[in-house]
Amino acid sequence: MIDIDWAWMADHVDELVARTMQHLWLTLLAVGIGFFISFVLAIVAVRRRSTYGPILGISDILYTIPSLALFAALVSITGITLLTVMIPLVMYTLVIFVRNIASGFDSVPADVLEAANGMGYTRSQRLRRVEIPLAVPLIVAGIRLATVSTIGLVTVSAILGDTFGGLGFFILEGYRRSFPTELYFGAVPSILLAVVLDLLLIRVQRMITPWTKPASGTPPEMASV
Amino acid sequence: MEAVDLEFRHVQRRYADVVAVNDLSFQVPAGKICVLVGPSGCGKTTSLKMVNRLIEPTGGQILVGGRDVMAQDPIELRRGIGYVIQQVGLMPHLTVGDNVAVVPGLLGWDDKRKQVRVEELLALVGLDPKSYRKRYPAQLSGGERQRVGVARALAGDPPLMLMDEPFGAVDPIVRERLQNELLRLQEQLAKTIVFVTHDIDEAIKMGDLVAVMQVGGVLAQFGPPAEILGSPASDFVARFVGADRGLKRLSLTRVSDLELLPVASDFQPQPGQPLVGVRTTLKDALSQMLDADVSAGVVVDERERVLGQITYDQIAAALHDQLDDAHLDGGSE
Repeated sequence: MIDIDWAWMADHVDELVARTMQHLWLTLLAVGIGFFISFVLAIVAVRRRSTYGPILGISDILYTIPSLALFAALVSITGITLLTVMIPLVMYTLVIFVRNIASGFDSVPADVLEAANGMGYTRSQRLRRVEIPLAVPLIVAGIRLATVSTIGLVTVSAILGDTFGGLGFFILEGYRRSFPTELYFGAVPSILLAVVLDLLLIRVQRMITPWTKPASGTPPEMASV
Repeated sequence: MEAVDLEFRHVQRRYADVVAVNDLSFQVPAGKICVLVGPSGCGKTTSLKMVNRLIEPTGGQILVGGRDVMAQDPIELRRGIGYVIQQVGLMPHLTVGDNVAVVPGLLGWDDKRKQVRVEELLALVGLDPKSYRKRYPAQLSGGERQRVGVARALAGDPPLMLMDEPFGAVDPIVRERLQNELLRLQEQLAKTIVFVTHDIDEAIKMGDLVAVMQVGGVLAQFGPPAEILGSPASDFVARFVGADRGLKRLSLTRVSDLELLPVASDFQPQPGQPLVGVRTTLKDALSQMLDADVSAGVVVDERERVLGQITYDQIAAALHDQLDDAHLDGGSE
């Protein structure tokens, strides 16, 4: 049984709040930037089919670079700055986002596009009013994955020192000092953060995509979109 | 909006070295249903999609109300033409009401006008606006979806409708009902309709005019259904309409169209003589007579009042007249 030093925890609540907030905004910033870049890339990939393979291929290769090595390597170029934290975090969201957003657009049924064309939607009306809304379920699935994975990676950025790292700082410190209390002080909240954000995103998706929710009494095979 | 006439003038569509539609020419008068029918690969859907420029012709002209479609903005053109497809293609993220309001929305109607139109159209296609307007397509049956598809195509009050195998994906009972309802609607609306099917029975039932197409996009025969059935222009058409084309012709005429054998005022039906409703098709009347094994049926109206008698000779004569009529007016009915 591991001894938990509750008094130590009580003394460090302020720090916990600050670190949690940092963890949160590092995550949101990386996911936000990654989403924006990926959205543009995914639209290019879907519109120009010949770029689909290369765009996905490059984002796949970026994903294979080990995060720890990348953080360390970047320090010699960009120093211990926000940029050093953001480059790897954003990079790792790309593969998740590009894939999900592109498959979101691909999931729009051909007959719906055909009907949209036949009724006289312009290209941009079709994108804004048909394709983007119908891609939302898979896009949100991508945001959920990217958010959870980024929360994990923010902890790794703690190796850059105590300026960044969010809750990862406690984990690293606890490990170095062989002080389990501090390790849990970082690990448990970061898991909770991931779970809470994920549940929140599920709620947001239900709200903005009411059509995916089957009405009561509707047979499931008819309700699937 | 007043229906318009439609004309294909030597229309051609070529893909690299394959000709999908070849020198297609025909005219559809305003307010008529023209069915394009033929085996797969005959270019019927390609021909349909060239009307609203989802596919562009590589030769010839298509005139809608006298105006060449290629001289018009494709977006404007499409908003002015109703379009119904087999898989319906309802927007899954929009309610039934919003789906019907798509074209009015694109045309910039205000919300009040859109709502009035939606309710009017849902009622027209037999869906109670109160219970259907707020539902999503995923909550509808196949038949209900296709009704919404038809309502949506009618929303902008287009003078011309294009229907690509609209009832191909629903079961036979629902299909028959939807066909009948479309014909009933057409009596009120009198739109010009181009209707694509691979089913000759559907073509005969729905068409004022039937264009039989064969592989390579060649028009094999164009005319009213009675003419297609009564005097097929080629072996291909004869085979396509089927060996039972004589019987199929019987379903084109109703007992009410016949000159009946008069009866005395004190007439009493013989035992076993079938009562034939005046709205029955000749095909069903003949079937009743064969069933009862008699040479004459008693024709009655809705209240079972005797109007006259029907015999085999009269049925044969009607088929003969039907053919003469078809040749004489060479169009319409």
